[in-house]
Amino acid sequence: MTTISPILLTRFALGAIAILLVGSLVVIYLNLAFDPGDPWHVPTYVVSLLGKYLAFALLALSIDLVWGFGGVLTLGHGAFFALGGYAMGMYLMRQIGDRGVYGNPLLPDFMVFLNWDGLPWYWHGFDMFWFAALMVVLVPGLLAFVFGWLAFRSRVTGVYLSIITQAMTFALMLAFFRNEMGFGGNNGLTDFKDILGFSIQARETRAALFFATALALCLGLLLAIWLVRSRFGQALVAVRDAEARARFIGYRVEHYKLIIWTVSAAMAGVAGALYVPQVGIINPGEFAPANSIEAVIWVAVGGRGTLVGSIVGAVLVNFGKTYFTGAFPELWLFVLGALFVVVTVLLPRGIMGPFFGLIDRRRQRKLIAEQQESAARASAEREAGVDPDDTAMARGGAAE
Amino acid sequence: MLQRLPTSRFRSIPVFGALFCLVALLMLLAPDGARAQDGQDAEELRPLLSGLDNGRDFAATEAGIRAIAATGNPAAAPLLRALRNGDLEIRKSDNRVVLVVEEGRDDFAVDPLTGERLGELGRRDTNRISINNNIRNLIDEVVAGLTLRAEDPAIRRTAALEMLAAASGDNVEPLRAALAEEDDAGVRTTMQRALAASILQSDAPTEEKLEALETVAAVGDRQALQLLNRATADAELAERSAELIRGVERKLQMWEFAQNIWFGLSLGSVLLLAAIGLAITFGVMGVINMAHGEMVMLGAYTTFVVQEVIRQNFPELFGASLAIALPLAFCVAGLVGILIERTVIRFLYGRPLETLLATWGISLILQQTVRVIFGATNREVGNPDWMSGAFQLGGLSITYSRMAIVIFALIVFGLLVLLLQRTAFGLQIRAVTQNRKMASTMGIRTPWTDALTFGLGSGVAGIAGVALSQIDNVSPNLGQSYIIDSFLVVVFGGVGNLWGTFVGALSLGVLNKFLEPYAGAVLGKILVLVLIILFIQRRPRGLFPQKGRAAEG
Repeated sequence: MTTISPILLTRFALGAIAILLVGSLVVIYLNLAFDPGDPWHVPTYVVSLLGKYLAFALLALSIDLVWGFGGVLTLGHGAFFALGGYAMGMYLMRQIGDRGVYGNPLLPDFMVFLNWDGLPWYWHGFDMFWFAALMVVLVPGLLAFVFGWLAFRSRVTGVYLSIITQAMTFALMLAFFRNEMGFGGNNGLTDFKDILGFSIQARETRAALFFATALALCLGLLLAIWLVRSRFGQALVAVRDAEARARFIGYRVEHYKLIIWTVSAAMAGVAGALYVPQVGIINPGEFAPANSIEAVIWVAVGGRGTLVGSIVGAVLVNFGKTYFTGAFPELWLFVLGALFVVVTVLLPRGIMGPFFGLIDRRRQRKLIAEQQESAARASAEREAGVDPDDTAMARGGAAE
Repeated sequence: MLQRLPTSRFRSIPVFGALFCLVALLMLLAPDGARAQDGQDAEELRPLLSGLDNGRDFAATEAGIRAIAATGNPAAAPLLRALRNGDLEIRKSDNRVVLVVEEGRDDFAVDPLTGERLGELGRRDTNRISINNNIRNLIDEVVAGLTLRAEDPAIRRTAALEMLAAASGDNVEPLRAALAEEDDAGVRTTMQRALAASILQSDAPTEEKLEALETVAAVGDRQALQLLNRATADAELAERSAELIRGVERKLQMWEFAQNIWFGLSLGSVLLLAAIGLAITFGVMGVINMAHGEMVMLGAYTTFVVQEVIRQNFPELFGASLAIALPLAFCVAGLVGILIERTVIRFLYGRPLETLLATWGISLILQQTVRVIFGATNREVGNPDWMSGAFQLGGLSITYSRMAIVIFALIVFGLLVLLLQRTAFGLQIRAVTQNRKMASTMGIRTPWTDALTFGLGSGVAGIAGVALSQIDNVSPNLGQSYIIDSFLVVVFGGVGNLWGTFVGALSLGVLNKFLEPYAGAVLGKILVLVLIILFIQRRPRGLFPQKGRAAEG
């Protein structure tokens, strides 16, 4: 696939960050400063909906990192998303305290219902926010590390890798459906009351969660830019485009893949953790392989390997989903299916791809024109007796 | 068994309703004792009826029941059952024992022996005959004893089986008596076993019990094990029964092992059917077809449509519905497959990851199309008569439908291997997959071969759908439940290798069934998934990897 220059990616990403920050502040202002009924008022459910989109966008961004830059098509990122979500959900469950239906100060309702005597060991510590927040990153990261270490070391690539990532999320789904696992089984975790002492239903909390999601997305973009622009990112793209060649040159291909895979999984975990308090529930359905594949199509629609494209794709597709499932529920799967086919066959670079391509080409033309110009000047200067190489190289370096 | 008669529909036509009630009542009384209607034999019981009316003196009632049972009259069993169900009451006006039948809002008194109507009853005109749990148990026992001599061998057999399940010393005599008259060999064996079980529960002499032990052990199932275990409490029998228990347990374990293997093979052949089409499209062509499961679904829905058409127009052909559905399903799924290949996949050769996404989209579209046409709920696909039922093979119970699927999977697999190895078309497929350019130079129309191969893989999936419609719910989600399993089978077995798929499917099926008893169905499946994930780490190219140049594709 064609590579877009990191400078261009950075420019777009910085633009996106600015839009995200300003946009989210405007939305929050319109939500909080005006009363319901006022034409300027943005309803709270819209704020939460936008927050959900942005959480999905962060998930899409994490997929873009592994797929767009690492060349690893993951069909199981929903698993990391859901694990992050469960970690947050466990914290929120512990926050309920004795306000549950059964009024048990220690055990969540579903455990009382199953006649459990005490908290399972893995629920300890989740009453502290810092611990839960750590787990949001650590659990998906650790799983990804172990999984990736095994997979990349034995050179499982391409569709094989895709299929076993799908098997991974499928196995997790089956596991989380079991009541004995201690994660609420079929119903998952829900009925949340507070987060950090603030009521989760309150308008202000919702606005804060939305802003936190926007902020996390901005930080994710910054991290992605930093990774992509670094030597690491350049080598990663080399691994993506010519794995064997990169290996022969001496790069430890599996290390590059493993690092980006783990970072991306942790990012997906954060996305899940931000998603859960805004939708108010997490259940094993989030592990369904179909969810993970749907997330991949967000990236494909926006344009893989463009960073900003994944965000655009996630927001657009999910907006479409909200619209169609409301207005024409029968049609949505047709639209989604057609989207998969059309994007892969006709728009392999997604929506944003052509933009980047256009700008990139113009830049290259400009670069070539500049080089020709400087070459012409150099020849003129050579005639004047000046050493041509120094100036040409200086100019070329500046153009980079 | 007498039931409350559902007559509300006829409330507006009283004459018809009454007639219906009478006929229904006769029919209900008839099966157990055909002679109950002629009144001759049944009248023998009439003097004994008063023995049932003892207020709360249950001992006397029990004696009365025994007296009735002792006659061995065919009318006794239905009579006692009515008593057990609380339908026998005493009419206050003349202290007569009557059978109370509810009809709409009114109750009627009916003679319990002749079925003759004795007039309407008010709510307070009768007293129910009181019974307690002991009496209920007693009735169950004696009724079983009575049914041992019914005319239908099936009823006798069922009665004997009931006694085997709930062995009791009281049954020894009725069983002995019944055995003396029994001439059906199968029922005799069952009765002898029931007798042996009953003897163990009775206070018969030790030699007799020891003999009974052997008979019980010969049955060799869980029930027998239970009986033997109970016998160990008896000091004189303990030694011999412990010995027999060990033997029975060994035998049971062996059969359980065999049963597990069979279940595993049967699950494996389901997996094989679902995966074999994929082994062609993915394994041979290298195309990740995520819509493969939907091809299976199309096959299942074709079966449904065929059966609907047959049901409405040619009901006599129903037994052949599957045979008719097979070629149709192959054509439907195959044509859809060719259509998909020509419109989408051919633009994506060499981009496996993109193919995966595009075919996933196609699968969504196909699912939703079926959902719009047929609805989201499960559709009823019937089993032909020859597929229902089961037979016993030693300790194995094998259902015909499972048997049929195992055989069918083997046939499909065999045909496919023959097609690939022995026909010109198979040769072309292999040539194109091994070296597309060279095949093309040799005059093979590669695009055409691609389309037909994809059609073949899809068509085989459609055939699998016909078979799976017999054991699974036919719903738009049918394909989804098989797609991950089928991919794992193909990957596990090794891509590009039909035999790998064969071995992979069967071994995964058996592995799954052997893990299930220890880990439970869900955990077993999770374990299998984890094992496969680990296995792929060790052997990234499956059990039987392709060698040579083709492996680099």
